[in-house]
Amino acid sequence: MVNDTSQVTKIIQIKRRGRVYLVKDRCKGCGFCIEFCPMGVLKQSDDFNAQGYHYPILVEEPPNKVCIACGFCSVICPEFAIYSEPIEEDEK
Amino acid sequence: MSLAPGTYFLSGNEAVAEAALLAGCRFFAGYPITPSSELAERMARRLPQVGGVFIQMEDEIGSIMAIIGASWGGLKAMTATSGPGFSLMQESIGFAAITETPIVICNVQRAGPSTGMPTYVGQGDIMQAKWGSHGSYEIIALSPSSVQECFDMTIKAFNLAEKYRVPVIILMDERLSHLYEKVCVPSEKELIIINRKKPKSKENFLPFKPDDDLIPPMPPVGEGYHFHVTGLTHDEKGYPRMDPEVQERLVKRLNDKIRLHADEIIDIDTLMIDDAEIAIVAFGSEVRPATRAVKLARKNNIKAGLIDLKTIWPFPDNFFRDIANEVNTFVVTEINYGQVVREVKRAVGDKANVLLLPKMGGSLHTPEEILDFMKKEAI
Amino acid sequence: MPIQFVDSHIRDKYLKRDRLPHIWCPGCGIGSILNAFLLGMEKANIDPDKVLVVSGIGCTGRVAGYLNMDTFHTTHGRAIPFAIGLKIARPDMHVVVFSGDGDLVTIGGNHFIHAARRNNDILVILVNNFNYGMTGGQVGATTPHNAITSTTPYGNIEDDFNIPFLAAAAGAVYVARWTSLHVRRLAWSVAEAFNRKGFRLIEVLSQCPTTFGRRNKMPDGLDMLKWFRDNTVVKHNADLHETRIELDRKIVIGKFVDIEDKPTFEEQAFNLIKKVGGERGGR
Repeated sequence: MVNDTSQVTKIIQIKRRGRVYLVKDRCKGCGFCIEFCPMGVLKQSDDFNAQGYHYPILVEEPPNKVCIACGFCSVICPEFAIYSEPIEEDEK
Repeated sequence: MSLAPGTYFLSGNEAVAEAALLAGCRFFAGYPITPSSELAERMARRLPQVGGVFIQMEDEIGSIMAIIGASWGGLKAMTATSGPGFSLMQESIGFAAITETPIVICNVQRAGPSTGMPTYVGQGDIMQAKWGSHGSYEIIALSPSSVQECFDMTIKAFNLAEKYRVPVIILMDERLSHLYEKVCVPSEKELIIINRKKPKSKENFLPFKPDDDLIPPMPPVGEGYHFHVTGLTHDEKGYPRMDPEVQERLVKRLNDKIRLHADEIIDIDTLMIDDAEIAIVAFGSEVRPATRAVKLARKNNIKAGLIDLKTIWPFPDNFFRDIANEVNTFVVTEINYGQVVREVKRAVGDKANVLLLPKMGGSLHTPEEILDFMKKEAI
Repeated sequence: MPIQFVDSHIRDKYLKRDRLPHIWCPGCGIGSILNAFLLGMEKANIDPDKVLVVSGIGCTGRVAGYLNMDTFHTTHGRAIPFAIGLKIARPDMHVVVFSGDGDLVTIGGNHFIHAARRNNDILVILVNNFNYGMTGGQVGATTPHNAITSTTPYGNIEDDFNIPFLAAAAGAVYVARWTSLHVRRLAWSVAEAFNRKGFRLIEVLSQCPTTFGRRNKMPDGLDMLKWFRDNTVVKHNADLHETRIELDRKIVIGKFVDIEDKPTFEEQAFNLIKKVGGERGGR
């Protein structure tokens, strides 16, 4: 494993994983979280909420395209709908 | 230190300032305007001495909004102005009315309209005091006619503002503001100071839910009440509600709060009214010549009496309705082209004659002018 | 792990949940700015019970109604003088003015410059969405030259205020400008400003897709956010002549003024009491 340097590089890059939470019916489909997530792991769902908006869903592709709990979606969401939390070390 | 009990020689403006300090006023925000500037100047010098803060704001709108903010911060707050400044303050007076903020505004009336005669007496802001802002609301307006009354009524103004959570306007006029007379300052024991009702507990507290007296307790800031105050029509929680039912409840209560307590608020002085056939209705500086005219009239065998209004708003409807049973003619002397006379007419109805003896502004009536009018018109 | 559906957001404790959803349009930036403000307040460890928020009239003015704090929704243009009285009465509270460009520097312009001049100790969050949004998108003092609004249907013939320049010239001791996209920087500025005193101004450019964006070729909230992303440049301590906003130019954002230790109005007013021998709250 130590000789496979590409694998080692990938593990070092992703230090923190996150979970994403959504208050589904608050979403107004603005698309900010989807557009500006630095990892690009949010996509618009085909489903819609009670207000008729397509809310975001998490589409991860481990090991690289994953939520890293940067918290950007948590703060840019104008509706206080979406947020991320880091996954604790022991949970991993 | 506020004034110690004793006798002083003060002007109307000074008396209002000193009374305010004794009532507990610790914030004044104002803008210079003749003939009220001396009040602000006195406050500027005296407030820091009693631990208060004076600020001269950039305009009258800033002044009145600052006192509303200070009142929500828990201070008794006041401003002073004259016609042009009072006009600027109207929107904010409506805001104080709907948010039920205790404030005191001293309007030292001068001849108007507009810039008018800044250093000359007028009494033309009577209707504006009640109707100046948009919408239906009630305020309290008091009209002192001596420097002692300037003092006493200022204490009363603060008490009424705190008790009813309403803007109270002291309607002075230029002549009185610059008149120097003896003022007796009572001892602490004799002074009655009223403070706003505070909520009993935070549990289920609704900031705009009234008690039985129609007045809600006023929450203090910074203690976790988390209340919202808005100029929008609001419900008992203070939340904006665009609902005709909520509007109905709120507007009625804001008005009834004063109307239903009018008897406790209104104060009127009379002279020789018991057997009077003709009554002079006067307020502010006009009370002096009117008093003399009544005494002269009696010497001329005219059964004259004097009604010194003291309370302009709420207007003493019941008093006039009752006294119109005895008095045949009311002569309203005022320094405007007919404002209080309309209220007297309305209250009296068909029961008696109501006549207007106006001055447009700049001078008071002489006692002889009033007497001549009485002789000519009323007999 | 898929997205998990929950009932509340991490900053819900600062909001009046029974008043949500808020009235701002889908795509509006005000919600993001409020979110960042609360994050900043948290970062600075400020007790929300000791923060009094004052707003005026307009879309941004509605912020006050959604906060689970002691809040005041005052009249148009007059949030600042109200806040001044409030602060003088309760200097132990943090007094924040949170309002829009029309409210604070158009109708409220006079109060704005005098408060800065006096160094009244208030933190002003000014949301600039370049128009009067609530009433349908009329021109305001911050509408850029040539922009289309409902009262400049042929393009604005006036120039806009350069707010950071105006505030600094009037005497503000802390001046920063961010956008509703730069939420982290905004939260950082808010946290910093809470730890300063005096007249502090944070201007936050915001998208108003419904009235401004739509008329100026940026109909979605995302369109304007991308415009912010592509047309802003961070330049701390920039020459304030450069901070004017024009539609066809880069917008300079950053922190421009940070003066510590200038005595506030309140400090001087309370010192005056001591000087003349009075006592705060005295007889």
